[in-house]
Amino acid sequence: MQQRAPIEEQIDLPFVESLRISFQSLKIRFGRSIITTAGITLGIAFLVSVWTNNEIGLALQESGRQSTINTFEDTTETGISTKDIWLIIMSLIVCVVGIANSMLMAVTERFREIGTMKCLGALDGFVVRLFLLESGFQGFSGALIGALIGTLGAVLLGLKDYGLDLFFYFPLLPAQPEDGTMRLGVIVIILLGCILGMILAVIGSSFPAWRAAKLPPAEAMRTEV
Amino acid sequence: MADIVVKTEDVVKEYRMGSNILRALDGINIEIERGEYISLMGPSGSGKSTLFNMIGALDQPTEGQVYIDGQNMSQLSQRQIAAFRCHRVGYIFQSYNLLPVRSAHGNVTLPLIFAGMPEKQRNERAEKLLDMVGLGDRMYHLPDELSGGQCQRVAIARALANDPSIILADEPTANLDTITGREIIDLIKRLNREQGVTVISATHDLKMLDVSDRIVDIRDGLVERVRNRDEIEIEVGDVGGEHDGDAGAHD
Repeated sequence: MQQRAPIEEQIDLPFVESLRISFQSLKIRFGRSIITTAGITLGIAFLVSVWTNNEIGLALQESGRQSTINTFEDTTETGISTKDIWLIIMSLIVCVVGIANSMLMAVTERFREIGTMKCLGALDGFVVRLFLLESGFQGFSGALIGALIGTLGAVLLGLKDYGLDLFFYFPLLPAQPEDGTMRLGVIVIILLGCILGMILAVIGSSFPAWRAAKLPPAEAMRTEV
Repeated sequence: MADIVVKTEDVVKEYRMGSNILRALDGINIEIERGEYISLMGPSGSGKSTLFNMIGALDQPTEGQVYIDGQNMSQLSQRQIAAFRCHRVGYIFQSYNLLPVRSAHGNVTLPLIFAGMPEKQRNERAEKLLDMVGLGDRMYHLPDELSGGQCQRVAIARALANDPSIILADEPTANLDTITGREIIDLIKRLNREQGVTVISATHDLKMLDVSDRIVDIRDGLVERVRNRDEIEIEVGDVGGEHDGDAGAHD
């Protein structure tokens, strides 16, 4: 048997190339991207609104202007009611599960595409990088929109409960009241929401993408959703 | 001595289905010469697609070895396998497997991007290839906007992007009507004749018989028989009765 030129090693692609491919994919799949992003937006909006609402309540409580509705009977030493702690934990769980699920679905329906790219000579790492970039961008933009919607919701709710007093005591920045507890402030909550959304989206998509990229292409292409 | 491009040695592939082990390939030995047009024939479930995947480095055999261009495929690194898929082989699938988010042109440039070709050159190359398969005027359409036959033409142009020495075609005509299927077969045959590309095709389309140099019949994971072109011509009526199904009339 005749020996031909030995098989060379596949090259790495420049980062710009992956960036371009992933953005093209987001753009053309715009409708589907919006649905995935909406999942992230909703999760983060829920979390941020509950959190901000709680923060507003605490700030106004400290200022002595209590809501006519909330009576703060059941408060812990930190001033947060156990009900609110539960609400924040619950919204966090909803957010994690919702985002992980929508990213997982979005990647699973693209297993075939991953297999095809590998047939054309894509390295495993390249495939994973594409999904990392796509989901990172989706995660960040979705979470940012969600955080803003959530804040708006909490402000509207606050206006209903506290009236215009809300704006005098609005907990925009981090603060440390006299009782020694820590208030994050709305800006930090928005930032945390964005980071959380992005991290969840990236984990939720790059883990299944990595698994699919590791599969032999024949198997990845066989996967039907 | 003949120039052997593909050689398999006792290739076995087993799939685990729950507690059962399904033996899709049961020790396949074949040799394929450079420039040949080979059809792997057999009913569905015979193992021909599995063998196709082994030859194309799309899956790994459970036992046995596959040699391509004298290289033992099991000894290649991940990077070498990626380069092999990129440069040495062009794949054509039954369901086209075009990336839905990229235009015809974008699909053809993808393997060129992976090969590291500069943008200007790869655009020109993609245009030339799409022209050659008769899609010069629909280059920037998405796969959704193309007919089945046109999609398969894009897939052929994409398969040829990096000048592969082997074209692997898995049931390339199964989703197409008789006339379109005929056109696709003629196109593949033309590439085989004019550019000397080795064509290995898994099929049960009888239309592919009269363009094949050899036919390898696969049954139950084994090579049942290998027939040369001259034998095929004598047997054509015979074969038509044997492999009935979706192939349609032989013209």
